Amino acid sequence: MRTPVALAVLGLAVLVLPLVAPPYYVTLMLPFMAYGVILLGLNLLFGYTGLVSFGHALFIGIGAYTGAVLTTKLGVRHMELILPAAALAAAVVAAPVGALCVRYVKIYFGMLTLAFGMVFYTFLLKFYRLTGGDEGMRMLRPYLLGREWTGFSKVDYLVGPYYYFSLAVLVLATLVMWRIVGSPFGLCLKTIRDNPLKAESLGVSVARHRWYAFMISAVYAGVGGALLAPPTGNVDPTLAYWTHSGNIVFMVLLGGFSSFFGPLLGAFAFIFLQDTVMSVFPYWRLIFGAVLAFIVIFAPGGLMGLFARRPPVEVSGA
Amino acid sequence: MGGVFHAAILFLVAAGLQVVFGVQKIFNLACGSFYALGAYTGVSAVGYFTGHGGPPALFIVPLVAGGLAVGLVGILVERGLLRFVYDRDETFQLLLTFALVLMLEDLVRMTWGTAPVSTGGLYLIYGQARVLGATVPVYNLIVIGASLAIALGIGWLLTRTAFGRIIRAAADNREMAEALGVDMRWVYVRVFTLGTMLGTLGGALVIPATAAMSEMGIELIVEAFAVVVIGGLGSMRGAFVGALVVGVLRSVAISAYPELEMLLIYLIVIAVLIWRPRGLFGAAVA
Repeated sequence: MRTPVALAVLGLAVLVLPLVAPPYYVTLMLPFMAYGVILLGLNLLFGYTGLVSFGHALFIGIGAYTGAVLTTKLGVRHMELILPAAALAAAVVAAPVGALCVRYVKIYFGMLTLAFGMVFYTFLLKFYRLTGGDEGMRMLRPYLLGREWTGFSKVDYLVGPYYYFSLAVLVLATLVMWRIVGSPFGLCLKTIRDNPLKAESLGVSVARHRWYAFMISAVYAGVGGALLAPPTGNVDPTLAYWTHSGNIVFMVLLGGFSSFFGPLLGAFAFIFLQDTVMSVFPYWRLIFGAVLAFIVIFAPGGLMGLFARRPPVEVSGA
Repeated sequence: MGGVFHAAILFLVAAGLQVVFGVQKIFNLACGSFYALGAYTGVSAVGYFTGHGGPPALFIVPLVAGGLAVGLVGILVERGLLRFVYDRDETFQLLLTFALVLMLEDLVRMTWGTAPVSTGGLYLIYGQARVLGATVPVYNLIVIGASLAIALGIGWLLTRTAFGRIIRAAADNREMAEALGVDMRWVYVRVFTLGTMLGTLGGALVIPATAAMSEMGIELIVEAFAVVVIGGLGSMRGAFVGALVVGVLRSVAISAYPELEMLLIYLIVIAVLIWRPRGLFGAAVA
């Protein structure tokens, strides 16, 4: 019963934030919302299906580059077109990649996804004429709701219309994911995670369900990747690098992979903690590595696990 | 020949990865970080040596000593971190080594700064030789020879010594080895330190030929990863053959189709994972 109240308070806080908080903190919320979308998808694979991808940055890269190519080369500036295009591009790539990867589990799944991610990274880096090489490409400011927002400075645009647009996308993505994990399909995924043999003998096609989960999480990463690009105005190959894949798995673990809202908390904690640490100490990786080691060893339930009194339990999802 | 030199270095790092995976079943993402650590330590050791009047021709002594000595951090890592997660899901083990990658990368930056460092003009101090019609620095030949010797040494260790028998037994069946009176904690410390030292030595040996950079670790790990996938996880012969395949293919691709360089390697990795996930020499013992 307390969850809806907490959600309402949080929702209100997020809505009024641009009106009360300094623009700097509001712009930090933008990557949070983009990563929020990405991690909701990643956790369908990690937390609900039990597959750890070390190449998920591939789809973030696809989403971000789709946005950059559309705005700079093809003259498509409407975000309402860019996001579906990013989702489609991610799905088109994820279909064959996923079909190959889901035949394996555990370390082999992780290695295969890592290899696919690095193929795309190398492609971005080496095919200079198409992708701009290591300098990447510019992502022009997209139109929102059909409007150009010409009168807005960059910051006004980001903390105003773009903020609310991202928020709307995140809320929509959350609601859809909530329905997915609560559906019979979501229950099948959990069964597969806990006991693939039993799932198969109960008539659940393990490979097919894993493939669906892979596709959905790739689409989420594509959309999140496209959301990630406009605030920086630039996309580059590091978006698809394997350490980026590692970082997003880290975020999920930080928040707690066995809870529905854990990944969102993880994205939030990661981004604001990174900002805080970097402002006092340039070597944020040292601190974050130690945090990750601590979580793995002592608190595998993540932040959500620390809040929960009992050991992390399943979100019922319904 | 540049490819064979690269293969010799890759073999060392990949061998470290394999021995740890074979016995401890942990895929150590930090093996590239150990490589970077060895490289930076090598530069510092050589700098100290020549700065204190050591004859430049003997630079290889502090280089190797530094590379091996810093490998002892393996003890710290194993006792301080890894021993807590042996019973955990391999996802958590993988993430713990990823935590190490993050920490070591910044430790290197903190200690040695962000600018590349190198040993200066020591690379060609032994002159050059003509091999099969190509001009090759003699230093490359030394490293290739050393790497071959280490490969043979590991083979000898695994097949002919009591410790090697214990390692193979532990790789096959940990519980049984433990029941027969093998102190697994001790085996794990030694195996992990051996793996770490192979990585740091590889880093130290590469350094006269190239500058040390803070990203070198995370870049090498994906190559070492390609080596062990092609060769087969946990197999020493696999590491040897895989390193040759990756090292030579890369140098051929760089000169023939620069754009395909690593792309080609990853495509081979994917092909191997799909057609023969065990790799060329998979399912063998460490």
